[in-house]
Amino acid sequence: MSQADPSSQTYAQTPLDAWHRSAGAKMVPFAGYEMPIQYESIVSEHQACRNAAALFDVSHMGRLRFDGEGSEDLLDRLLTRRVTDLPIGGVRYGMVCNEEGGILDDVLVSHLKTPSESRYHLLVVNASNRAKIVEWIKPHLDDFPKVTFSDRTELTAMIAVQGPLAMETCKKLFSFDPSRLKYYQARITDQFSKPAIVSRTGYTGEDGFELVVRAEEATRIWENILLAGRDAGFAPAGLGARDTLRMEAAMPLYGHELDESVDPISAGLGFACNLDDREFIGRDAISAVKSAGPARVRIGLLPEGRRPAREGCDVLSTHGQVVGKITSGGPSPTLGHPIAMAMVDVKHAEATEFEIDIRGKRSPATRTKLPFYRRAKK
Amino acid sequence: MSRDKSKLLYAETHEWVDVAEQGGQKIATIGISGFALEQLNDLVYMELPEVGKTIDAGEEFGEVESVKAVSPLYSPVGGEVVEVHAELPDNLEKLNDDPYDFGWIVKLKIDDESALGNLMDFAAYEKQCAESG
Repeated sequence: MSQADPSSQTYAQTPLDAWHRSAGAKMVPFAGYEMPIQYESIVSEHQACRNAAALFDVSHMGRLRFDGEGSEDLLDRLLTRRVTDLPIGGVRYGMVCNEEGGILDDVLVSHLKTPSESRYHLLVVNASNRAKIVEWIKPHLDDFPKVTFSDRTELTAMIAVQGPLAMETCKKLFSFDPSRLKYYQARITDQFSKPAIVSRTGYTGEDGFELVVRAEEATRIWENILLAGRDAGFAPAGLGARDTLRMEAAMPLYGHELDESVDPISAGLGFACNLDDREFIGRDAISAVKSAGPARVRIGLLPEGRRPAREGCDVLSTHGQVVGKITSGGPSPTLGHPIAMAMVDVKHAEATEFEIDIRGKRSPATRTKLPFYRRAKK
Repeated sequence: MSRDKSKLLYAETHEWVDVAEQGGQKIATIGISGFALEQLNDLVYMELPEVGKTIDAGEEFGEVESVKAVSPLYSPVGGEVVEVHAELPDNLEKLNDDPYDFGWIVKLKIDDESALGNLMDFAAYEKQCAESG
């Protein structure tokens, strides 16, 4: 056991901070915010999401708004995904890359229409990358003088409701039925007497939606959803469960599977790059990797036994040669055994048997298809 | 057998020690505190040392893993491992309910008693826990 590191650094608080504390959440510093890592137990919060629904405060994620003529062209230049053909109500997953094809962030972009018929684009970025992405965008704004760029993060809160009962239960609660959205669609509603963005997106492998609401409305809305789903087994869930859920769903996490040294093709995210329809930053480098083939690829591993392999562990061939590294790993509460994702040398990626060096001890592991968990389709 | 947590010694790193005479030898039984277990939550794995291994005071002798993280276990005293609680790793869910009896982890034959002087009594340990919140 080690001691908690006392720190005098101050952290930002989300609009739900007081609620988390009153619910007894264990708060930890994360990406400049103090965030709940768990309330009672990571495993029970994980299971609530798989069996009923879980509520996540994801207000720490950055919300960047682009208004005005040229917004689409600007985003077309910055993202691996084409934005000019994104219809109103569409949401797309893509990446912001540098000229070398290194991933600066993975993002969601939504095309929204307000009740007064004006249109804008909302870019949701990782909390840890928000400042970097804002700085990356700024110099490009000179070329698009009619674009208004604003960071909406601190004026708003973001709540994710994820799980098999999320839609059914919230139908009763909202004046707009979120299940009318298809997967990866979003719209603005005047829900809760105030404008809110509802999108059918998420980061757990379950069906569900994400809400962007005004900061001052966050606690009321959070409590309403929790109350509506209480008998069904809804639970608030912290960052701990969010991580085990996204690992089971094999969703990459920035700083783990993704960083500036990784290109989208190597990360297995070639589907989120439109390479042939326009110029964008990093396109030539990404196209070159695609033609030549990536040097390393992301794979899934099942470590033998109960000891989890964690991020940073070396992955070895059965001949004892180091061929890669674990990028995320831990126990899978749904499957009941450890799972891990790794980046490995492409020459070894087709092997079925590996070894993992877990802090000095070698343990066998078998390659498996990703994701580790896929929800049953209705 | 029922160990009284208020009569044990504690390390800053949250291990407890119970020292007893056995055949003219001082034997230290080591576990982790209820406070620490509450903080850890959702345990999934424990790695024990091998019997016969010699460990220095303050040295890592094993690790306990929760869903989220790995925590090393540090030996509050030095000595030779004479027994390990082999049933524990397969029954980690019981550890939280009974950290001071079922939850013992290893027994060491103490080779240097001076390290005991660095440990805290229950009152001092409780104070540390209260301060770390």
